[in-house]
Amino acid sequence: MTTPTAKTPNSYRTGPDEHGHFGIFGGRFVAETLMPLILELEAAYNEAKADPAFQAELADLSAHYAGRPSPLYFAERLTAHFGGAKIYFKRDELNHTGSHKINNCLGQILLAKRMGKTRIIAETGAGQHGVAVATVAARFGLPCTIFMGATDVERQKPNVFRMKLLGAEVRPVTAGRGTLKDAMNEALRDWVANVDDTFYIIGTAAGPHPYPAMVRDFQSVIGQEAKQQILEREGRLPDVLVACIGGGSNAIGLFHPFLDDLDVDIYGVEAGGRGLDVKNGHAASLNGGRPGVLHGNRTYLLQDEEGQILEGHSISAGLDYPGIGPEHAWLKESGRVSYVSATDQEALEAFQLCTKLEGIIPALEPAHALAYAGKIAPGLPKQAIIVMNMCGRGDKDIFAVADHLGMEI
Amino acid sequence: MSEADLQTRIAEKFQALKAAGRPALVTFITAGDPDLATSLEIMKALPEAGADVIELGMPFSDPMADGPAIQAASQRALAAGQTMAKTLQMVREFRATDNDTPVVLMGYYNPIYVYPAEQFVKDAKAAGVDGLIVVDVPPEADDELCIPAMRAGLNFIRLATPTTDDLRLPAVLQNTSGFLYYVSIAGITGTQAPVKERVHRHVARIKQQTDMPIAVGFGIKTGAQARELASGADGIVVGSALVNAIAESLTENGQAGPRTVANVKAIVAELSEALTNGASH
Repeated sequence: MTTPTAKTPNSYRTGPDEHGHFGIFGGRFVAETLMPLILELEAAYNEAKADPAFQAELADLSAHYAGRPSPLYFAERLTAHFGGAKIYFKRDELNHTGSHKINNCLGQILLAKRMGKTRIIAETGAGQHGVAVATVAARFGLPCTIFMGATDVERQKPNVFRMKLLGAEVRPVTAGRGTLKDAMNEALRDWVANVDDTFYIIGTAAGPHPYPAMVRDFQSVIGQEAKQQILEREGRLPDVLVACIGGGSNAIGLFHPFLDDLDVDIYGVEAGGRGLDVKNGHAASLNGGRPGVLHGNRTYLLQDEEGQILEGHSISAGLDYPGIGPEHAWLKESGRVSYVSATDQEALEAFQLCTKLEGIIPALEPAHALAYAGKIAPGLPKQAIIVMNMCGRGDKDIFAVADHLGMEI
Repeated sequence: MSEADLQTRIAEKFQALKAAGRPALVTFITAGDPDLATSLEIMKALPEAGADVIELGMPFSDPMADGPAIQAASQRALAAGQTMAKTLQMVREFRATDNDTPVVLMGYYNPIYVYPAEQFVKDAKAAGVDGLIVVDVPPEADDELCIPAMRAGLNFIRLATPTTDDLRLPAVLQNTSGFLYYVSIAGITGTQAPVKERVHRHVARIKQQTDMPIAVGFGIKTGAQARELASGADGIVVGSALVNAIAESLTENGQAGPRTVANVKAIVAELSEALTNGASH
């Protein structure tokens, strides 16, 4: 199925339209039971967005609870190692709860409170979003249920325990293969059955409108800060942005404020798993999938010829989602952002390199971004600037990494 | 597009039943569950057992609006190799011996979208399908599937739910034809039991805005329930109960068992009798 290539727009930052479309992507493909809720959520979000009191409360929590702004750090030894462009890390792994996920969770829980909702649900893959949701639910005193694929519950035990400590109920999902997409199906089923009191905090910039736009807005603080910080530090914009892509929330957060700065080259790095040529061996929806409709939006999906959704594979549980935020699908087709991939092996090498040279243990997700930054940096002049989103820390991954390296903890 | 184009078997069936003073029994099975041959055998047995309309599920890997029973049925069908082409072929074979019972395909958008949609509605009509229920295509996206389906001569049957208020109802009704499927609970298929008074109230409310037949479904398991909920409506939809009957009849390794077809027929007969007797009281 081909889609017409969009004309170069005047701005890449005006989407979505009133129906939630980014080009042909996005939209609201949900069951009728949820439609009234989605429309109510959209109205509530539009109101909140325009309300200075809401923005002030969010800014205050971001500063004093999450720890923003996160630093922009010059990775000097990695830069020397690659021998080309200067590499900067946007240090979102230093946020409270250890990843960028808190940015979105604070925004959505304030909205939930504003809408009078009394129960929180969420899906999680690696558990980073689940931990962030459990954290804000604890902070605001709301009961919270996290849906997590049974397979992920097994391989992400530390995060499961953290969620439980925070008072969340973690509900393992055995449907399908027990990973992130199944958790999202189950969260949607719960939502349909508890429409009156429940707020669903979606963790990535996907799902039915207004979620992709709302999550992007809450995550855009990453790019806004990075822009200001690099201008202060270097007196100019970066030449290259790099971020990893699962559903795409950290990436859209970094990219969005730069989309109209056309001299900035932007790369989204998908999970190449065992290789893009390995059937069902990767989680690269944009590079190895095609357009379809799932979880409320039209976007690129990993699917077979019959339109059945595939599971995908990545060493990183946070990237093995068969879809991608619809705005990324549109940015791919419009040509503004280049979508590339890094394999499990490349991510694992970048993980170790970063740990040894910078004393920063990255999550396996941004290790994919770093692997790609390491590929392009040597080919760029020394004065070139790369800003990479270090969107999460790797504490959660030490067991998986030890396993892959054949080491015992 | 005129109304006449959409005089499918569905309209004829509901008119005939109305004249007979009896609500329609709409039965759901998943195409290819537990395998293609058994599924076709069940489908062919449904009308004789008392089913008035057949909803045939198009299996999907991610059935978000369905409970565990229909999720499992979808997985069984896909594991047995069910495809959209085989589902349409099933309808064609059914039509070879039954040109009267309306057949409605029910499922999710993605397998139709990749088919793609314009071709799908033509092939479905040619196979003998009368209507479509596609859970995740709301009225806001009518141009994508609903309008092409109507042009191809298929009824596009929409779900109304307890959350569909009077403000939203006109949008839901606008391009719906054949019948309106009233979802008796806010939830997924085959889970909670509906509360009869609430369903009656909602159905009465919707009847003020449409003359279209209304069938009530989600969570109906027994003849007694069916009879109670049918009052004030024009039909009853039963799905998970039939699908569970299939599941319970399977052999240890998940193959069709000796009672698979008979079990489904028995439940349909019980439901049909309850509705027929209920109507005469």
